[in-house]
Amino acid sequence: MSLRSEPMVRAQKFEDKESLFTREVREQIDTWVAKYPAEWKQSACMPALTIVQDMNGGYLTRDLMDQVADYLDMPPIAVYEVASFYSMYEHKPMGRHKICLCTNVSCMICGSDNILEHIRNRLGIGFGEVTPDGRFGLKEVECLGACGGAPMMQIGHTYYENLTPELVDQILDGLE
Amino acid sequence: MVNEVCFRTLHCDRPWRLETYQSEGGYEALKMILAEKTPQEDIIEMVKQSGLRGRGGAGFPTGLKWGFINRTAPGEKYVVVNSDEGEPGTFKDRDILRYNPHALIEGILICGYAIGAATGYNYIRGEFWEPYERFEEAVTEAREAGLLGDNILDSGFGFQIHTHLGSGAYICGEETALLESLEGKKGQPRFKPPFPAMFGLYGRPTVINNTETLASVPDIVRRGADWFREIGVPNSGGPKLFSVSGNVVRPGNYEVPMGIPFAELLEMAGGMREGKRCKAVIPGGSSVPVLPGEIMMDVTMDYESIEKVGSMLGSGAVIVMDDSNCMVKVLERIAYFYYEESCGQCTPCREGTGWMYRVIHRIENGTGRQEDLDLLDDVAKKIMGRTICALGDAAAMPVASFIQHFRDEFQYHIDHKKCMV
Repeated sequence: MSLRSEPMVRAQKFEDKESLFTREVREQIDTWVAKYPAEWKQSACMPALTIVQDMNGGYLTRDLMDQVADYLDMPPIAVYEVASFYSMYEHKPMGRHKICLCTNVSCMICGSDNILEHIRNRLGIGFGEVTPDGRFGLKEVECLGACGGAPMMQIGHTYYENLTPELVDQILDGLE
Repeated sequence: MVNEVCFRTLHCDRPWRLETYQSEGGYEALKMILAEKTPQEDIIEMVKQSGLRGRGGAGFPTGLKWGFINRTAPGEKYVVVNSDEGEPGTFKDRDILRYNPHALIEGILICGYAIGAATGYNYIRGEFWEPYERFEEAVTEAREAGLLGDNILDSGFGFQIHTHLGSGAYICGEETALLESLEGKKGQPRFKPPFPAMFGLYGRPTVINNTETLASVPDIVRRGADWFREIGVPNSGGPKLFSVSGNVVRPGNYEVPMGIPFAELLEMAGGMREGKRCKAVIPGGSSVPVLPGEIMMDVTMDYESIEKVGSMLGSGAVIVMDDSNCMVKVLERIAYFYYEESCGQCTPCREGTGWMYRVIHRIENGTGRQEDLDLLDDVAKKIMGRTICALGDAAAMPVASFIQHFRDEFQYHIDHKKCMV
């Protein structure tokens, strides 16, 4: 990276910020903006994308990314760069419940292959796919830092550890 | 001696609460410093004397890092915490954030005082929602108790801590990638020098330390550098959290003195599941060279002992494998990980990680060629030392070591088109 200590600048600021998102979303983004120096609003780009993704049912659109750029006075390309670099941003619907299954070394050693097989058989989908009713999506993720409870998966904000096929059934049955 | 520092509150009910932490001597170090107006250089000297080395994986001496900051430079300086725990096999920082967040807060405050900073950012990986909430609660508790914020305990020293959430990228555990990410960009590592001590967050002097590193600091100040250093062995001061995972009976985090024999650690984790043989161990997270079980049985868990047998202590993530594991398959998964996580900035890493993965994948799937093992060695050698950050080396080292120690297994796959396990 080149050495730059100033934020990426935008030729023309978007003035009508109140037309973006909803008031609630703007307030949520503002709590993040307040954490960084005034000239570094772009530091809130990642949390802002997360907030609007959650608001939009779990995925981003070009329009939403553009609005984040408008809101934070960033060039749209800078927002696209961030949105395409990090794995937690989705660019297509991933279902009401995105099942993030870890298959990295510790989970693999402890049987994540069997868990994957079980989920595949139960839901009829593979990685990157969504059930026809839109209830579940399945995603392969890299180590989520819970190897002591391998095999594990994350759905929403919750970690589920020491998975067995029976436990997976219980968890999925409990989700609408 | 178990759970003495970062896990000191673990035996208590609700170990994450402020009152619990204080009942175990928490915030006494900070109060002492503020009351006595301890000179900044004395604190830095104390951390140097303690032998504390960066717990995130690189093992760089912490006091030395703090000493690089020009404390008299005008303008902002920052403390940044690396809680972007993502090295496969590592899950210790998650538990510090969940069970002893105040130790981290006190560590950040002491660091901030020592380098003359007034703001700290804790960069927590985005998947860690529960740890994030726990840490935020602790920040609120500390603030309400007057231990954090403007004019702490009427001392004239003020400090703010903010939490930042990542969004899924292993590379952001690399310190300069993390700073880029905190500035709202793609997490691509910066070329060094200049180092973060000179040019860090927002171009300002910055100390960036791992969660466990900073959470160890309060006890160094409170109980003394000698006390801490002597828990460990020469050049590996203090206790360390080891995240033990894989085919063991009780996987989990164990905070034990550096220099503990591996065999003893394995026993603490309940030994091998079903009494199987320990075939291989990755002693410091997936980026470090693998070692055969029989070599590990004679090793102690400290920087020098593990280096002597050709691997590294890394983040202290000990992945234990029994003889039901195919080493080709394990390496294939590790290679895929680095291919997936390479940021794409440097050609040897961007291209090399994919190349290595594809070759290992074809060996695993029975279409390997005789020349593949030499090819893998060659590609790995050509990545080593030729990239901006250590991810390239981290991708290359496992490949070379798996082939070195388990060449027979790879050769069998190529010759017989199937697995010998």
